[in-house]
Amino acid sequence: MIGGLFIYNHKGEVLISRVYRDDIGRNAVDAFRVNVIHARQQVRSPVTNIARTSFFHVKRSNIWLAAVTKQNVNAAMVFEFLYKMCDVMAAYFGKISEENIKNNFVLIYELLDEILDFGYPQNSETGALKTFITQQGIKSQTKEEQSQITSQVTGQIGWRREGIKYRRNELFLDVLESVNLLMSPQGQVLSAHVSGRVVMKSYLSGMPECKFGMNDKIVIEKQGKGTADETSKRRPSAPARSGKQSIAIDDCTFHQCVRLSKFDSERSISFIPPDGEFELMRYRTTKDIILPFRVIPLVREVGRTKLEVKVVIKSNFKPSLLAQKIEVRIPTPLNTSGVQVICMKGKAKYKASENAIVWKIKRMAGMKESQISAEIELLPTNDKKKWARPPISMNFEVPFAPSGLKVRYLKVFEPKLNYSDHDVIKWVRYIGRSGIYETRC
Amino acid sequence: MESPGLTFPFGTELRCHTLFFCCEATPESEGKSKEAEIKRINKELANIRSKFKGDKALDGYSKKKYVCKLLFIFLLGHDIDFGHMEAVNLLSSNRYTEKQIGYLFISVLVNSNSELIRLINNAIKNDLASRNPTFMGLALHCIANVGSREMAEAFAGEIPKILVAGDTMDSVKQSAALCLLRLYRTSPDLVPMGDWTSRVVHLLNDQHLGVVTAATSLITTLAQKNPEEFKTSVSLAVSRLSRIVTSASTDLQDYTYYFVPAPWLSVKLLRLLQCYPPPEDPAVRGRLTECLETILNKAQEPPKSKKVQHSNAKNAVLFEAISLIIHHDSEPNLLVRACNQLGQFLQHRETNLRYLALESMCTLASSEFSHEAVKTHIETVINALKTERDVSVRQRAVDLLYAMCDRSNAQQIVAEMLSYLETADYSIREEIVLKVAILAEKYAVDYTWYVDTILNLIRIAGDYVSEEVWYRVIQIVINRDDVQGYAAKTVFEALQAPACHENLVKVGGYILGEFGNLIAGDPRSSPLIQFNLLHSKFHLCSVPTRALLLSTYIKFVNLFPEVKTTIQDVLRSDSQLKNADVELQQRAVEYLRLSTVASTDILATVLEEMPPFPERESSILAKLKKKKGPNTVTDLEEAKRERSADVNGGPEPAPASAASTPSPSADLLGLGAAPPAPAGPPPSSGGLLVDVFSDSPSAVAPLAPGSEDNFARFVCKNNGVLFENQLLQIGLKSEFRQNLGRMFIFYGNKTSTQFLNFTPTLICSDDLQTNLSLQTKPVDPTVDGGAQVQQIVNIECVCDFTEAPVLNIQFRYGGTFQNVSVKLPITLNKFFQPTEMASQDFFQRWKQLSSPQQEVQNIFKAKHPMDTEITKAKIIGFGSALLEDVDPNPANFVGAGIIHTKTTQIGCLLRLEPNLQAQMYRLTLRTSKETVSQRLCELLSEQF
Repeated sequence: MIGGLFIYNHKGEVLISRVYRDDIGRNAVDAFRVNVIHARQQVRSPVTNIARTSFFHVKRSNIWLAAVTKQNVNAAMVFEFLYKMCDVMAAYFGKISEENIKNNFVLIYELLDEILDFGYPQNSETGALKTFITQQGIKSQTKEEQSQITSQVTGQIGWRREGIKYRRNELFLDVLESVNLLMSPQGQVLSAHVSGRVVMKSYLSGMPECKFGMNDKIVIEKQGKGTADETSKRRPSAPARSGKQSIAIDDCTFHQCVRLSKFDSERSISFIPPDGEFELMRYRTTKDIILPFRVIPLVREVGRTKLEVKVVIKSNFKPSLLAQKIEVRIPTPLNTSGVQVICMKGKAKYKASENAIVWKIKRMAGMKESQISAEIELLPTNDKKKWARPPISMNFEVPFAPSGLKVRYLKVFEPKLNYSDHDVIKWVRYIGRSGIYETRC
Repeated sequence: MESPGLTFPFGTELRCHTLFFCCEATPESEGKSKEAEIKRINKELANIRSKFKGDKALDGYSKKKYVCKLLFIFLLGHDIDFGHMEAVNLLSSNRYTEKQIGYLFISVLVNSNSELIRLINNAIKNDLASRNPTFMGLALHCIANVGSREMAEAFAGEIPKILVAGDTMDSVKQSAALCLLRLYRTSPDLVPMGDWTSRVVHLLNDQHLGVVTAATSLITTLAQKNPEEFKTSVSLAVSRLSRIVTSASTDLQDYTYYFVPAPWLSVKLLRLLQCYPPPEDPAVRGRLTECLETILNKAQEPPKSKKVQHSNAKNAVLFEAISLIIHHDSEPNLLVRACNQLGQFLQHRETNLRYLALESMCTLASSEFSHEAVKTHIETVINALKTERDVSVRQRAVDLLYAMCDRSNAQQIVAEMLSYLETADYSIREEIVLKVAILAEKYAVDYTWYVDTILNLIRIAGDYVSEEVWYRVIQIVINRDDVQGYAAKTVFEALQAPACHENLVKVGGYILGEFGNLIAGDPRSSPLIQFNLLHSKFHLCSVPTRALLLSTYIKFVNLFPEVKTTIQDVLRSDSQLKNADVELQQRAVEYLRLSTVASTDILATVLEEMPPFPERESSILAKLKKKKGPNTVTDLEEAKRERSADVNGGPEPAPASAASTPSPSADLLGLGAAPPAPAGPPPSSGGLLVDVFSDSPSAVAPLAPGSEDNFARFVCKNNGVLFENQLLQIGLKSEFRQNLGRMFIFYGNKTSTQFLNFTPTLICSDDLQTNLSLQTKPVDPTVDGGAQVQQIVNIECVCDFTEAPVLNIQFRYGGTFQNVSVKLPITLNKFFQPTEMASQDFFQRWKQLSSPQQEVQNIFKAKHPMDTEITKAKIIGFGSALLEDVDPNPANFVGAGIIHTKTTQIGCLLRLEPNLQAQMYRLTLRTSKETVSQRLCELLSEQF
């Protein structure tokens, strides 16, 4: 369990220090500062062990958050908590910066008291917290209100209060994915995976029961089988079609509001959503990924002093869709003394400070291709080291989900209030971004 | 200080460029500024690359600018892999700043890269050949800063020429001397010695003091390696020194530092002089003495300035002068003056001065001339020990006390150290404990004082008393019977304290177990009280101590039969017999069994008093040496050794305790542990053997002294140390059954050097060869330092014999050939088998062997105190059975046994009649063979 939590500024000065357990002494604060923040070498591991004490840290801009423990805790839990803590703080006072933390330190201590008890993480749902930890002056609450808060916080649905009322029942669903790729120069996929999130923003009255459906392979096949007995004659091609459109999810995690027992037994995702924005689920897929772009590099060394680079990118999606914010980064050798670039589309520039040629294209439709060629002049060095040829990396944003995930339905039932599924206005949006999208050259 | 400094010479014109990073960074946060810095540097590097690549040639200024930037980026911690060529180009520039930056870049960045090194060497050669002193200086600085072997190979021949050339500028000479010094330090083999050496010495006479200072450093280093070649420097150094010392403070202008004339040069000259013994030429010597006196006089003068630099410089020269005086160790007058001067510093305000004074005094104390003078400061030093705030100074004070200790003040110093120990720093306690233990032992006139001191030591700082210390007490108590009773009494009293340290319990247990009988007469320390006292501590002790106490108990069973049942009860208790610790359990079981089964005689034999310890070097001293590292104390000890030989090595009372003190271990204190002393053939007493082996006199050394004595000792025992000198220890372990025997000979190398060609041989005369057959295996010809090798001798007695075989050992130790011969104690009585018989049988056989040839009788004076128990033990050790209640006179001893040989068995009867009044014995032996009677009588007579 977490023994203590410290927040430092970039200089290593302690802004917030909260110790939950006796096994963490005051000197732990200094140990982290000396060994991590002021370490000679850059600290790359987020977990540091100093004198049998484990420090888990995350960094937000130049603020360090460190959780300390002497016990053998679940590291993933600690990091999940730290991220959650960042979210909570961001929800209360916006950007996490030294100034904001200093201005809100009373609030932060209050939050820390609430979300962590004797080192055990508690309810960290922003919506729920905001009901009883407020930034404004508190008007004295009535007895009923107080007891309502108590019953809500301690009750079964701690993340949503009762009696929410909207004139327009509306919900937004975002499927956000980042696609990661490593490709060989010959175009062979060496590794690829998509990590995605489904983020929901709900403005629904009452205590609505929601059901979310997507093209999960297991669900589709199960349904296919179920219906196959009855409808096999009528729709013989059904399983084949669903197999194409369904996706295999490798692993997923859900928001605490999702009933896991139901997911386990029926694989249906049903929940009572918190009010406002929350992350419904997170998932990862590795099979049948649609790679939005293909990078074809061609690097030729002409003697010791010259390098010719030609890079072709091909967009590989429906022509009607437009990819945005495309950026290709072609690394240059460390002894580059001059670069000439010619590109057909967009702008390209040699950035000496980053040792790379950066090629930017604002928009690009599907099934197109574009090309850049560059001549790099080299300065002969007395180092015999060969250039390591780092991979060409790429950034982009596309309006579809590269994993192939589709939202099939989101049904809302509110038995007590008289609005039905049809009355709810629903919005769905897909955004695919590049994660680490690299091609070796 | 001595190598040419790496200066970072940014001219004003360059300053704007070198600051280009600093201005850029207005960091919001550290992380960002780091990233920003990397970006900035990447950009700048790309810019420089494009400039270097550019088609139009760069002018000298921009080349210098960019090389300088590269250097700066490198110093910021980034890799630079280009620009070397441009830097080398700069070397050939004619402008000073450009050349300077080029050299700077090269001395920082270039490593032994083959193609560039050639170019660089060329440029350096050109500069050396140029007559421009600044260029030469730059080149020399570069050589010294790089200082690699390649540089040495290229220029080691050149630089001496520059150094001694007549027309070289002073500043260049200075640089050349330091550059040569650097090359000599990195690769001395590459610097050729030649006729330039004699001319270098004359640089000491140079007009320019800078040159002299640089040259002195060089000569000092060279002289340490080749003292002969630079011998002439002594007189020059002395005259130079005297000129400096006698000069008025304003004479030397630039080289006067806070009113002290040329302090650095003086110190260096004094160091140079320390490479050599005192000059032989009386004139030079007189002049040097005069110099030193002047320096000492100046120390007495009131300071010319209140600035700390003035006194620092003055004292630096003074301390160096004192260490020269100590090094020469020949002028009593100077030594005493130095000592007095240091004495003044002992109470100085400056901690550093006090420290240095104590340290120098430590070395002064080892000089015979100043030892007495040092002793006069004892009160101050003791005071320093008590009041000094700085622990390192206190440490020095302890060292000094240790160094100044001798017989006259040992009691006082040990007492002071003991009292200081109670409050001493934990870090130095163990060392003080060791020192106290050594001093107490070394200067013990009266061993009761020694015992008191050590017991006090254990009481005060028991935790810091290492094993060696209490081992040593026990060794000394056991080896000296005059102190045993006192020790037992003191230990007994000390043990009565309610809480005593475990080490004290160990010492107490051991001593009472051995000598408890000596105080048992007093009703206050009756056996039972002794036992109860020890046993009350038993349960509080650790396992090893308990094991020791169990041994003490079984010794008590032997010493005091009256407490036997009590002890058996204790041993029988579950906590002993069923102890979880294997060692304790085994001891309890075995001791219990031993005490019930064995007869009193056997008990007496088994639990005999410990024999004296054979030992040379005090183990404590060894421990102190180990702790302090090889240099510090050993030197001191070495230096002290000779002196302590007069002071203490005189007729140190070492009365042979009991009969068996072996002569090699008479020097119990291990004081004269002189390491590589000689082992040439010692003047010997083995005349009879020389005749026997006259055919090979050179091969076999005469018998080692004392070996006859040792030989006699082994008649009645089978195991022990047969021979020991500074190099070698020979131990024996043997067992005999009927006519067969086996002997294990252990050769221990006591030095740290290997013995080579180590060959032990057994030599038997012809007579002996027929009667005694010996078989051995050869041993490994090399014996490592500190190692022990074992040799097994199988023995068969064919017929009775009179002589003993001789063991001759030859080996090579550190180049000298060593030859040692000792008599191997294989005597006829070893093949004795005891026979028990009743009184009647005995006298019947006695009468049967009544013919005059069969009986041999010897009447002799007792050599040792006539103690019944010892005599009994000896007769049993001799091999015969001791028959009780046979002789009508109970004071007489009667024995019987059979000598087994391969051919015959010879029955032996013996009778020993002591006469207490006359201190005489009458020994009668009757055996079936005349020669056997003769031999046995000879052997046994020697024993009483």
